[in-house]
Amino acid sequence: MSIGGSARRLRALCKKETLQILRDPSSNIIAFVLPVVMLLIFGYGISLDTPGLRVGLVLEDSSPEARLFAASLFGSPYLRVQTARSRAELAQALVRGRVRGFVIVPPDFSQKLKEPSEAVPLLIVTDGAEPNTANFVENYIRMAWEGWLEERAAQRGAPLNGGADPWPGNGAAPAPTVTLEPRFWFNPSAESRNYLIPGSITVIMTVIGALLTSLVVAREWERGTMEALLASPVTRAELLLSKLLPYYALGIVSLFICVGVSVLGLGVPFRGSTLVLWLVGSLFLGSALGLGLLLSTVTRNQFNAAQAALNAAFLPAVILSGFIYEIRSMPPLIRAVTYLVPARYFVTAMQTLFQAGQVWVVLLKSMLFLATASAFFIGMTALKTRKRLE
Amino acid sequence: MPHRIATLIIKELQTLLRDRQGRMLLIVPVLLQLAVFPFAATLEVKNNTLAVLNEDAGAESFELIQRLSQARAFTRLVTLRSQAELRRVIDEQEALLALRFAADFSRNVTAGRPAAIQAVLDGRRSNSAQIALGYAQQTLQGYLDDRRAAQGRVSTSKILVRHWFNPNLDYVRHIIPCLVAIITTVSTLIVSSLSVAREKEQGTFDQLLVSPLTPGMIMVGKTVPALLVAMFQATIILSAGVFVYGIPFQGSLLLLYGSMAFYILALVGFGLFISSICSTQQQAFLGVFSFMMPAVLLSGFPSPVENMPAWLQCLDWFNPLRHFIVIVKGVFIKDIGPSILWQSLWPLLVIALLTLTAADWMFRRRLE
Repeated sequence: MSIGGSARRLRALCKKETLQILRDPSSNIIAFVLPVVMLLIFGYGISLDTPGLRVGLVLEDSSPEARLFAASLFGSPYLRVQTARSRAELAQALVRGRVRGFVIVPPDFSQKLKEPSEAVPLLIVTDGAEPNTANFVENYIRMAWEGWLEERAAQRGAPLNGGADPWPGNGAAPAPTVTLEPRFWFNPSAESRNYLIPGSITVIMTVIGALLTSLVVAREWERGTMEALLASPVTRAELLLSKLLPYYALGIVSLFICVGVSVLGLGVPFRGSTLVLWLVGSLFLGSALGLGLLLSTVTRNQFNAAQAALNAAFLPAVILSGFIYEIRSMPPLIRAVTYLVPARYFVTAMQTLFQAGQVWVVLLKSMLFLATASAFFIGMTALKTRKRLE
Repeated sequence: MPHRIATLIIKELQTLLRDRQGRMLLIVPVLLQLAVFPFAATLEVKNNTLAVLNEDAGAESFELIQRLSQARAFTRLVTLRSQAELRRVIDEQEALLALRFAADFSRNVTAGRPAAIQAVLDGRRSNSAQIALGYAQQTLQGYLDDRRAAQGRVSTSKILVRHWFNPNLDYVRHIIPCLVAIITTVSTLIVSSLSVAREKEQGTFDQLLVSPLTPGMIMVGKTVPALLVAMFQATIILSAGVFVYGIPFQGSLLLLYGSMAFYILALVGFGLFISSICSTQQQAFLGVFSFMMPAVLLSGFPSPVENMPAWLQCLDWFNPLRHFIVIVKGVFIKDIGPSILWQSLWPLLVIALLTLTAADWMFRRRLE
């Protein structure tokens, strides 16, 4: 078995592999239907933007002040407030998950507002079982509270600064106010889907690249057709290429379907160049296909190859790629591991291409790592393929 | 008859545990996920870089920057000299948040005039950016409170906040119960569906069908191993959650394992149904995957169910994982009783009934 080979043999092998893909409805579903379904799920199902958090409110104080504050809570676009008669009722609703938090306005609310003291006029309770939501519940209620305080000050005829003093006290100088003026670059309305969808394409590509191919070589071994192939004059390079090329074509078509659906169907802006997209996509597919084939070659068993691909390719693409979870927040050891996950670079490149356009420093770095990963996995597969021949 | 089923179960377990590779694949991924998930799957914002473009030379901006750089979210502070540099650090993702203080910032604050800080955030990661902005906002509020207190004013923004079930908003308490549910899902589906598909592919399924075993007995024989494997893996995660990650187990173990059994039944129904319409392992695996992926994503684990549009929430009712995560979380950290648990359990029973009936029907159809 020599390294070289003939173009004719390679063509024939590729044709066989392509026919096998096209004949099997399950791989067609994976390549063309699943991406669209998954994009729709990511587009509509996964959202970190809370459209109206359900929170409860108990007014134990019936003073006008308390009612006005309640009105400002009801006015918050981020909260869907429901009133309850007692704390116990809301505690029960929180345990059931019917509300994600509640506000208690204690009986002495208006009293405490008047008296300058350290006492707390308001109590917020959140459902800590959903930490991210709990964070937002607290922030939105705080926003409503501070907004109300400022409005109250303004209505008393006191501009917030200078003039009459909105904050009761005996200081001579006016109370300082400083505001933060946030600007979200690339994504002005801070919609999570604008970055989740480009990231999710990475997950879809991993499924097509690694999961589909992980079964391919293992199947040939299980069915005994590998021996037949090895007995033929096929070279190692031809064998590898015939497994890579058809799946590469499948992956690239699927990538462009994904981007098309994201941009045209889901309205995610794409600001990069198609050429760069193709380049980055090809490099990532190279690494995913290489990993899939490697697992398949090593395990020689479809069940085990599938399990291994799930754990070595799919889960890291979801958890360690930075597509949902922030890599910088991870402990150093796990952060170090993420540098070895090809999906990480593809996620960065995709998020940048979609939202920021050509930021060459980011893109070139990603491409360099992806090229290395591709070379590594495909090279390893080639090495393992030779060993198996003996 | 029980003897025949027992033989089939033993045979199934032997196929699973026969070789070293197979045994490793049942345990190593669980341990790996247990080691990685709780640390990695977090939406907290830590160790980030804060960039500051300070055109103000006064004491106020200096004080505020000092306070901000002590926040847990920002471990590194980059001082910028120009707007161009600000553009670069955000573009190249060096910093998540960049603050710009105007030249008259300190003067305005001292004089009591309204002052503003421009905050530029990387919208490519808008959730983290929003959380980082929240931290900056809190730091700013603390600073203002202290200033007002120094002037003898009351601080009104000191609200009492209590996070129930999870006082420090620890992500681990959210992740471990979810992980119990997800691992159970993965292993049940893979073990049940791939075992039937393998028999079909290798031709031994027809042998099973001509044996004295009834289709019902074959189904039991395929269900029990999945049940054993899934419960074993769930137990590992549960114990690690309690003993390694130190999450107090609040509820009743009986309720948890009881509902887990019903959940696994619902999933075995899905698994057997998928394998009955597939003829190869590859098809079965891809089928399982096409079911599992949406099930996990729409389960409420990565993002809350209530954030979805109403039509999707309705569709999601048929997702057993969505109900099971509520159960595991409820029993594990909220100590819910049977009456609340029932709200999530009866959908599981309905789903189990539907899927097992469908799978049984498909099995029998093959016999005719």
